[in-house]
Amino acid sequence: MISIQDLHKSYVTGNNSLHVLKGLNLEIKEGEFVSIMGSSGSGKSTLLNILGVLDDYDKGNYYLSGKRIWGLNETQAAITRNAMIGFIFQSFNLISFKNAMENVALPLYYQKVSRKKRNLIAMEYLDRLGLKDWAHHLPSELSGGQKQRVAIARALISNPKIILADEPTGALDSQTSLEVMDILKEVNDQGITVIIVTHEHDIAALTKKIIRLKDGVIGEIITNGDLQNYRNRLTQE
Amino acid sequence: MFDVDIWQEIFSTIKKNKLRTFLTGFSVAWGIFMLMVLLGSGNGLSNGVKEQFAENAVNVMWMWTGETSIPYNGLKEGREVKFNNQDYDFLTTKSKDIEKVSSRYYLPNDILYVYGKEYGSFETSTCYPSLKDMENINVKTGRFINDMDMQEFRKVVVIGDEIRKALFKEEDPIGKYLKIGGVPFNVVGVSASKKRNQDNNRSAYIPFSTAQRIFNGGNRVHTFTVTSKMVQTAEEAEAITEKVRIDMASRHNFDSKDKRAMGSFNMLTEYIRTMKIFQAISLFVWIIGIGTLIAGIVGVSNIMLILVKERTKEIGIRKALGATPFSVISLVLLESVLITTVAGYIGLVMGVGLMELINFGLEQAAGAGASNMFFKNPTVDFKTAVSATLILILSGALAGYFPSRRAASVTPIEALRDEN
Repeated sequence: MISIQDLHKSYVTGNNSLHVLKGLNLEIKEGEFVSIMGSSGSGKSTLLNILGVLDDYDKGNYYLSGKRIWGLNETQAAITRNAMIGFIFQSFNLISFKNAMENVALPLYYQKVSRKKRNLIAMEYLDRLGLKDWAHHLPSELSGGQKQRVAIARALISNPKIILADEPTGALDSQTSLEVMDILKEVNDQGITVIIVTHEHDIAALTKKIIRLKDGVIGEIITNGDLQNYRNRLTQE
Repeated sequence: MFDVDIWQEIFSTIKKNKLRTFLTGFSVAWGIFMLMVLLGSGNGLSNGVKEQFAENAVNVMWMWTGETSIPYNGLKEGREVKFNNQDYDFLTTKSKDIEKVSSRYYLPNDILYVYGKEYGSFETSTCYPSLKDMENINVKTGRFINDMDMQEFRKVVVIGDEIRKALFKEEDPIGKYLKIGGVPFNVVGVSASKKRNQDNNRSAYIPFSTAQRIFNGGNRVHTFTVTSKMVQTAEEAEAITEKVRIDMASRHNFDSKDKRAMGSFNMLTEYIRTMKIFQAISLFVWIIGIGTLIAGIVGVSNIMLILVKERTKEIGIRKALGATPFSVISLVLLESVLITTVAGYIGLVMGVGLMELINFGLEQAAGAGASNMFFKNPTVDFKTAVSATLILILSGALAGYFPSRRAASVTPIEALRDEN
């Protein structure tokens, strides 16, 4: 699903060049449930942006679903994002003047699906996430957990190959965080690859594979079998 | 792209920012309003002056004679110059720049018009049939002097409406006989200037040939009224005058520069000069109007820039979800075009409405007798309104162009960065 070889990325600001990703290699297979961890400055946001086709890279290869992502113009990038990737953000990023249903339907608008049809589909997804009764509410009338569920519905509506979640529980209390993680797990159970960026260990521990970034390369990969160990180590830390 | 959805998005942002949208729209509406008022006023002034010219054909020219004031060819000054019938033949056949010619022989001033017990003294214009077109004489009833009248020296007269009122009261004058200087003339027509209070309505027209014969004119012609061929510049018109003067000077032995020996007035020169002034005024009006409009457009552009800045996050979200740069540009551009077009149209309607109202008022005033206005029909024609509308849509697009470029350049990463 995702194949990254020798990925380099630096940011140039004035005379300073900041080398963030330094030859990163990464393989994520279809249907995996992965979390990416790392201290700030480790390059996890940069990696997420590249994974999400929001940013380009300087050197290396990034294959998404067998297709190399390289040298896309903005329109091509937008189409790729729309077709392949569902985004979930820490601060939900719902459009404030649109109600829940319209927010969920937005990706389909960019696929030129008719208004009637996309609102119908949006209602289905809201129903699946238990928000049918809130479909006509504005984001400001919803709780944090509800907002994130709307955002998840929006990420799912275009049938993406990958869900990229940037600190999806960062703005939620622990109870709601667990609920959101349950939903993401269900999504993953349907065969969609889910990648979560987080700095919370207990959230990361709910995934099946943890990738720890360190100084722009992979520091450590903890897979399913080791997760119990990891939990133990966590409690010691 | 032009589906309901994009308009719904635009309306929802407009609804959220009613005051701002209103103020923005107002500046555009004001710009267009001013443009329309200025253009209308310019047109009104231009129409008013054109009407003053409309009394005569614009290419009419008058010539008269006097005494020489410059010695010429050994002849002393103070010599009287007289036009004659041979000059008429020359002007009609030899002079290439002259189209129509009418000679005039002056009757004594104190000549009396008598009908039954009524009498009065009026101006008599002795003329050729062509004078009708040259001085735009409007025949109300009957006919004007014709070629048969000229050839057969008929004693016929066309009287002005004021003369009819003075002598005939309610009677129909056509076919009646009127004594002019003791000679009976058959009234064949009544002329009435379309404008009020015109001296022309106190004039009577009789055939030149008849007048010359009856009132002992011999070969004498006092003045010529001619029309020259139409030209585009004042210089060309002036050249025609000069040419005729030189011809006449050589026929009558005087210096062509001698203004006292022969006077002339070429309407075409004045007309072209005046129209030049109005072209300049109209250009000036457009410049000011468009300047006002640009101020409005800059206002819209400014507001749209702020709007884009405020909506950076939203645009970032849209882009992350798959909005192409084109769809973002059309979102901003269409909003700008919508605001400018709607507001501009309101300004257009109000501006045109005001000018129509003023026009209505002027017409009422004209109906009440106040005429000779230098201001007439101050309205904006359909063509101008259409071009103004096009300018509006264009300016809306222009106003939205830079903000939409800004919007399209929003990167989702920057926009979505969580400010924790």
